[in-house]
Amino acid sequence: MTEFTTWDILRNLLLATRWTLLLSLVSFIGGSVVGLCLLWLRISPRAALRRLAKGYIELFQGTPLLMQLFIAFFGLGLFGIDVPAWLAAGVALVLWSAAFLAEIWRGCVEAIAKGQWEASASLGMGRLQQMRYVILPQALKIAIPPTVGFSVQVIKGTALTSIIGFVELSKAGTIVTNATFQPFTVYGLVALIYFALCWPLSKSSQILERKLNVAHRNH
Amino acid sequence: MSLIEITEVRKSFGDNEVLKGINLDVEPGEVIAIIGKSGSGKSTLLRCINGLETISSGSIQVAGAQLLDDELHLKALRLKVGMIFQQFNLFPHLTAGGNVMLSQMVVKKTPKPEAEAMARRMLERVGLAHKFDAFPDELSGGQQQRVAIARALAMQPIALLCDEITSALDPELVSEVLAVVRELAKEGMTLLMVTHEMKFARDVCSRVVFMHQGRVHEIGPPEEVFANPQTPELRQFLGLQAAA
Ligand SMILES: Nc1ncnc2c1ncn2[C@@H]1O[C@H](COP(=O)(O)OP(=O)(O)O)[C@@H](O)[C@H]1O
Ligand SMILES: [Mg+2]
Repeated sequence: MTEFTTWDILRNLLLATRWTLLLSLVSFIGGSVVGLCLLWLRISPRAALRRLAKGYIELFQGTPLLMQLFIAFFGLGLFGIDVPAWLAAGVALVLWSAAFLAEIWRGCVEAIAKGQWEASASLGMGRLQQMRYVILPQALKIAIPPTVGFSVQVIKGTALTSIIGFVELSKAGTIVTNATFQPFTVYGLVALIYFALCWPLSKSSQILERKLNVAHRNH
Repeated sequence: MSLIEITEVRKSFGDNEVLKGINLDVEPGEVIAIIGKSGSGKSTLLRCINGLETISSGSIQVAGAQLLDDELHLKALRLKVGMIFQQFNLFPHLTAGGNVMLSQMVVKKTPKPEAEAMARRMLERVGLAHKFDAFPDELSGGQQQRVAIARALAMQPIALLCDEITSALDPELVSEVLAVVRELAKEGMTLLMVTHEMKFARDVCSRVVFMHQGRVHEIGPPEEVFANPQTPELRQFLGLQAAA
């Protein structure tokens, strides 16, 4: 039987961390794009579009991410579509992130005074122009801390994809444990790596928020 | 043909009818003061003319063009009619100059150098040429409101709607804004302004509209309306104003 050094364990875990990072990045960026579209629908003047977006958001916020992963992975399989784990993981996390980001951003957009919409409308701007030049520049500023904060949830959310067999940090932890029989060391290291990824993000979210509260100037 | 023709305009919020059949024709170059108690529908009337509220029935025409509730017609209307708000509503993330330039570039697609030249001219016109690079929160209320006026003027509207534009100002800042409006009136700008400044209305306006419970209750030149009110409601309103 081969002996595993701590370095062997760590090296394997770090290699798998790349996948955690990649999946997080894809989920966050894809979620932002889809989330922006959802936001647009969610604040549309058309009630039907608003309801559609609201339904989507409530569906994804009201069910466990794990179920969403199962449905993306096994559900599509039922229709004869063979979904690889990475694809199911990516799609589910993008759709899930989009729901939460859209809702976070809606709050930020609604925090902008109604007078800003009215003034820009009275100057002849269309809705897209109002959004692009007047509302979003102001909303983005207040959206940064909660958005950075949410990225922590995305990283932790990727751990669930281990259950459908995507080999990221958590799954690698299980595999390495099975080979080394050192669960405490392995999972301890896994937790440390997650912490090293998440802590700087949640800390910077806090700092950004404090800065924003101190800054009484709007630019 | 009148510049602004308001015919039998009604507006309800739910089952609360706020405008109950308004008729008002505004000639080019007229300066009209709209007075009346709080809640009588003055703001709602101005907001309807600018398309910020959709009317329930009746019609509004500006320079012969019908006010319709789709983005194209609304945009055309808003290029003709500018609006100034009680709360200034400057864009806080842009400088005074940026505020005046933005809609020119975005809506009219004016190239930046021309938009900037226009912005400087308009800020000059309201006496704020030196504040081009100042952000709104570095300006006093009176200065902010003058930037808002410059911003509306930069779109070269044929009429301006002013909704209590001095009501949010400290008393000592009111006159600098009124001076700008007075100048606009002199230059022939068509103005529709909701105001509590009775002296200003008397001096500058060609007609005064007294609104009461969603109707034009009395209308006439300021000398008549102020000196010889025909209805007890207007008498009472003017009495309250004098006492205040
Ligand atoms: N967006 C709105 N929704 C519901 N009611 C409104 C709205 N805007 C105005 N109102 C009502 O319309 C009436 C007239 O308001 P307004 O036009 O602001 O009066 P004024 O400007 O003369 O004080 C008030 O009773 C007010 O409560
Ligand atoms: Mg009002």
